Amino acid sequence: MPKIFGARRGLPHEVGLGLLTLALLALVTIAFPRFLVIDNLKSLVDDTALLIMLAVGEMFVLLTRGVDLSVAANAALTGMVVALFNAHYPGAGILPVIVIAIVMGAALGLFNGFLVWKVRIPSIVVTLGTLSVYRGCVYLVSGGAWVNSGQMSPFFLSFVRFPILGISVLSWIGLLVAVLAFLFLRFTIAGRNLYAAGNNPNAAGYAGIDVGRMQCLAFVLSGAIAGLAGYLWVARFAVAYTDVASGFELQVIAACVIGGVSITGGVGGVVGVVIGGLFLGIIKNALPVVGISPFFQMAVSGFVITVAVILNAGSYRKNHGRKILERAEASS
Amino acid sequence: MSEPILSLAGVTKSFAGVRALVKGEIDLYPGEVTALIGENGAGKSTLVKILTGVHHADGGDIRFNGEPVHIGSADNAGRLGISAIHQEAVVFDDLSVAENIFVTDRPRKRGMVDWATMRERARVILAELDPRIDPRMPMRQLSVAQKHLVQIARALSNEARIVIMDEPTAALSHREVEELFTIVRRLKAEGRAILFISHKFEEIFDVADRFAVFRDGAAVGQGLIRDVSRDQLIAMMVGRSVDQVFPKTVVPIGEELFHVAGLSRGEEFADVSFGLKRGEILGVYGLVGAGRSEVMQAIFGLTRPDHGEINLEGRSLKIRAPEDAIGAGIAYVPEDRQIQGGILRFPIASNIALPSLSHLSHRGFMRRADERALAEDYVTQLQIKTSGVGQRLEELSGGNQQKVVIAKWLATNPRVLIMDEPTKGIDVGAKTAVYRLMGEIVARGLGIIMISSELPEVMGLADRILVMRRGRLRATFTRAEATPESIVKAATDA
Repeated sequence: MPKIFGARRGLPHEVGLGLLTLALLALVTIAFPRFLVIDNLKSLVDDTALLIMLAVGEMFVLLTRGVDLSVAANAALTGMVVALFNAHYPGAGILPVIVIAIVMGAALGLFNGFLVWKVRIPSIVVTLGTLSVYRGCVYLVSGGAWVNSGQMSPFFLSFVRFPILGISVLSWIGLLVAVLAFLFLRFTIAGRNLYAAGNNPNAAGYAGIDVGRMQCLAFVLSGAIAGLAGYLWVARFAVAYTDVASGFELQVIAACVIGGVSITGGVGGVVGVVIGGLFLGIIKNALPVVGISPFFQMAVSGFVITVAVILNAGSYRKNHGRKILERAEASS
Repeated sequence: MSEPILSLAGVTKSFAGVRALVKGEIDLYPGEVTALIGENGAGKSTLVKILTGVHHADGGDIRFNGEPVHIGSADNAGRLGISAIHQEAVVFDDLSVAENIFVTDRPRKRGMVDWATMRERARVILAELDPRIDPRMPMRQLSVAQKHLVQIARALSNEARIVIMDEPTAALSHREVEELFTIVRRLKAEGRAILFISHKFEEIFDVADRFAVFRDGAAVGQGLIRDVSRDQLIAMMVGRSVDQVFPKTVVPIGEELFHVAGLSRGEEFADVSFGLKRGEILGVYGLVGAGRSEVMQAIFGLTRPDHGEINLEGRSLKIRAPEDAIGAGIAYVPEDRQIQGGILRFPIASNIALPSLSHLSHRGFMRRADERALAEDYVTQLQIKTSGVGQRLEELSGGNQQKVVIAKWLATNPRVLIMDEPTKGIDVGAKTAVYRLMGEIVARGLGIIMISSELPEVMGLADRILVMRRGRLRATFTRAEATPESIVKAATDA
């Protein structure tokens, strides 16, 4: 049962998914104790932090019945822009870099949101277009050249790696984003309206909520997070180029869906998305350790994702499918 | 006289505990047109859906040529030769006319669609209906009347023996209706049985041989059209005891609170003017499609009227969005509580608080304790039966869901409450509770505009009754002068 704030019935979806993730972790560790090495875990958490951040942003859009396919391209473009900024103004310090990343990401998100809200183009069409546009722009601003670690300032690179309590700043930022998103959805009017607009746009309209504005807001949030993730990404991998995070949007959406976010809007939460991201991260990191040939890794992870999604969809339909159908008939 | 080809006796159907059909009885005879008459919600559509296999009857007896049959699916209905022409032409707009005609049964050759045969057969059928329709035309390009003809063509291609027409004339011009009736007479002459649903008595007396009247989901009369008068039909339609117990609270009616002047919007409605006084319940009666909800949606800012003035307590209102209307003190309990009214998966507290969140928050952050307290207050006031305000709306009964939706709007502190079919689909006990609640609301000095298609409800509760037909106000009755006959006449007369 997917969960909406405050409504309780049976075990929340997150508990089941959490147990499944722990079981997965245990299974891999029992078979290959090497997996639970500190270094490996650190890299898993760092990888997953980026995935979780982007998935949290994506969740906002999914909640309002949209989809944002441009998150990875947004990250690539913003990452490239801040890398170039850093290369030209190496002494500017970390703050401008982060501000530029967030503002620029939000602006790219606003462009998506504007087209969805005011021009009324379906979000999948809009972001399919901007996905290519944004990635094309990476090439335009960089001229196709890479920005390598040699061109990046030490602070630019070391900021994300700086350990606090043994955990990198990158992971802390991921956690911070998740916590802020959780608080936003749970305690603000806008957060509540986001759920209302996605859950039942019709009733939301009657309640005085501008559904289009909520969709636009979701895109801005998704974009801002993607922009921030763009800086973190190029700093972590110490390189910026056109194909950064290419195709990553699909994993982002998968993490959301595994985490119980409904593709039809209005259902899902940060906790589920975080666990969904961890679940995916463990699979991706475990497969090479387990010794599955790289040729098969993609197929295996795809298979596991599909199973997770089917389980998720199954538990949902059991409670809802028939009822909704009958209701649709009764009201027709 | 021949035997009926299709005969229904004691057919029942409920949706989620609400009885839509209590006693569905009707006989259809080959070569005759039977008119099915009843108010909105009398069970006509449910009956049609059972005949066409969309819904399964819960109980009762359906006989086809005297043999008991079970219509389990649309496929079965088709095999029995039952074909329906729907009120809103149900067609595939982006497919061609020929494809629409043969949608269930494409002519095939070696497993592939045989386009040539399909077009040719379509041409032959259409030639007799309207030769101007080209089978290759996309459906989108046809007029509503032509779309009906294509549906008739579909029925003919299926060799339909029973043709159901659900308000086929609702969107047709006078001439188109004449053309349609010519075809209906032809179908009749060919020995097909026709079930004709209409609100227009003129048409019924023109084309029908028999009638069947439904009221509150039950058949209340059947017979030959020539044995009956129009007033007798109306009496059967509305005949239930209008003096049924309505807990009408007597409230002193105050000065004018709200006024609408010259409101018009496109084809939906024109030149609608009315006033509402403090303590008054204003009933708005009309048939489905008369434009009642459209007027209210425009007042509430869901759509923009082309012309017109809206005044509340002497101030002229500029309403661009529901937000403005809510802020000005107008609330709207919409017709469909599950789709428009509430958010089923939200807890009760969140539903009640939704339009009032700005009053329950501080700098954009909600005060969840206040939200809870507000919801609990209304749960007590309105006696909503629930295990707690954290319960999801979908888990409540229809009547309690409706109370939650009403609570949600009362919480916005409105001056004017618009209620669109406030007791639709809820059981009798819950209805009485809603009526009592309405009495309490007007006693506080609010005004209620109640759209209702149930005559006893309008007559039992309203202090004044407006009747709309085809987008215009046609009559106003005070509580004392209203009679069922005069109201129905104003709502149906062409």
